[in-house]
Amino acid sequence: MIVTENLTKFYGSVKAVEGLTLRVEPGEVFGFLGPNAAGKTTTVRMLCALIGITSGHASVAGYEVGKEDHQIRCNTGILTEAPGLYDQLSAERNLGIFAQLHEVEDVAGQVERYLRMLGLWGRRNDPVGTFSKGMRQKLAIARALLHEPKVLFLDEPTSALDPEAARLVRTFIADLKQEGRTIFMCTHNLDEADRLCDRIAIFRTQLLALDTPSALRRKLYGRTSVFHLRNAGPKFVKILQSTANVHEVQMVDNKLLATLDDPEKQNPELVRSLVDAGADVQFVGELRRTLEDVYLRFVQSPAEQQEAH
Amino acid sequence: MRKIGVIIRKEWSEVFKNRFVLFTVAFLPLVLTAIPIIILYSMSTSGDAGAIGLGDIPGNVNELCPGMSGGECSQYFLVSQFMLLFMMIPLMIPVTIASYSIVGEKTTRTLEPLLATPISTIQLLAGKGLAAVIPAALASWGSFAIFSVAAHFIASGPNVSARLRDPLWLMAIFVVGPLMSIAAVCVAVMISSRVNEPRAAEQLSMLLVIPLLALFFGRIAGFVLINEALIMWMAVALVLIDAGLIALAINLFQRDTILTRWK
Repeated sequence: MIVTENLTKFYGSVKAVEGLTLRVEPGEVFGFLGPNAAGKTTTVRMLCALIGITSGHASVAGYEVGKEDHQIRCNTGILTEAPGLYDQLSAERNLGIFAQLHEVEDVAGQVERYLRMLGLWGRRNDPVGTFSKGMRQKLAIARALLHEPKVLFLDEPTSALDPEAARLVRTFIADLKQEGRTIFMCTHNLDEADRLCDRIAIFRTQLLALDTPSALRRKLYGRTSVFHLRNAGPKFVKILQSTANVHEVQMVDNKLLATLDDPEKQNPELVRSLVDAGADVQFVGELRRTLEDVYLRFVQSPAEQQEAH
Repeated sequence: MRKIGVIIRKEWSEVFKNRFVLFTVAFLPLVLTAIPIIILYSMSTSGDAGAIGLGDIPGNVNELCPGMSGGECSQYFLVSQFMLLFMMIPLMIPVTIASYSIVGEKTTRTLEPLLATPISTIQLLAGKGLAAVIPAALASWGSFAIFSVAAHFIASGPNVSARLRDPLWLMAIFVVGPLMSIAAVCVAVMISSRVNEPRAAEQLSMLLVIPLLALFFGRIAGFVLINEALIMWMAVALVLIDAGLIALAINLFQRDTILTRWK
């Protein structure tokens, strides 16, 4: 649904996006993660045919960016970083304007459908300026969906929202995912990306990593088993270290953390060794790294990582 | 055309909720209509005009009022000075509206979603431009209509009121006025793309009034005689200026620059 090949954007001599190559499949929720000024919004703007490309190629919904911009705008919806609503106008009027500009056939019907879906029908005649941030954000998402676009771009959909409003928006995005929409989402909220996205790209002017959240964790940290012992001690650490295919062993409080190639196969063997050596194993689990850990490993320079430690 | 209509209606429903814009659109024509009516009324009722003979009128002014008495000619000449004020309406109203409608999109950050719709730059600018030009034209035409009706009843003779509605002024109000509005809107659009504050855009665009004021004071000082030929030349020049300004405004409305520079 979205294909980019060496997509590059310069603002004068400033490099904003360099050699971005990726592919987003139909129905996929794709997370685009990166620090501030990483070039995420620039990428979205290029893919929505809002700004030009310096070099490379991109196509969205089968249309080439830079050559078929009108068709791209007809087939994409965008939630911009700021909702950008007409505060003096009512919710219904705000959506009506955009439905007409997108040449939606049944303007009134489509506006009503989305206002009802978002629970805003009762406030349809109120000026948007009186809405809460969450309501405004939902209305802006509805605006992006009015013309039933093939691809939806969401730029920081929950930024600056309180937890309740953010949850409302996330639930709505999850519903859209259930409908099988293709969603390209820029976010700083790593937990949100972890929960909603099928795949994520970590980006800082150029692509740093691209995979499913769990695959990225695996690639960076391997799989770590956690052995909870009643009597943890250095001798048990040595036992694990001396076992084949155990890469790294740490003791934290009464837990032993071991990075393994294949925990399903190795765990029973390791438990046996520990018990034979006198360990009281209480239970065994898998250490789940947060996406934040993965993200920071990619976006921080080695010096920054050292400082963080 | 439908998309242009959508933009015009959007602009009106938004811009006219701004009290300052509403005040300018309503108050300015009222004041500028009242001034020539009051002058005409005070001259007609004072009786001084009747004492003026044709010999008291300068020769070049005399040429403007064939078939009129000295009193009528002086009344026409004085009121016609202020007729130029009607031409300020199509300059000042669109500048106020366009400054708010375009820079307003910038400050409320509504421009990006708007540009993400399948609307062309020409459609967007035409919608915004017409949303500013139409109220200005209607306000100046309405003001002129009110003045004409009042002049019919107040002027000291039918010659004066007829002369105030002759092709010279009809062309000035109905042709030159809207052409000036278009030029004002184009300039407002161009300035809007370089400033971040509606007031700054408005104040800079208001500099357009200077040539008109020069004409106004030139006429009062007797350096400029407004006749059919001058109005005709103004119309021709404005058509050319408008064409150039429209092309320039479209050219300067670069989405890349606007989205990345407009903060």
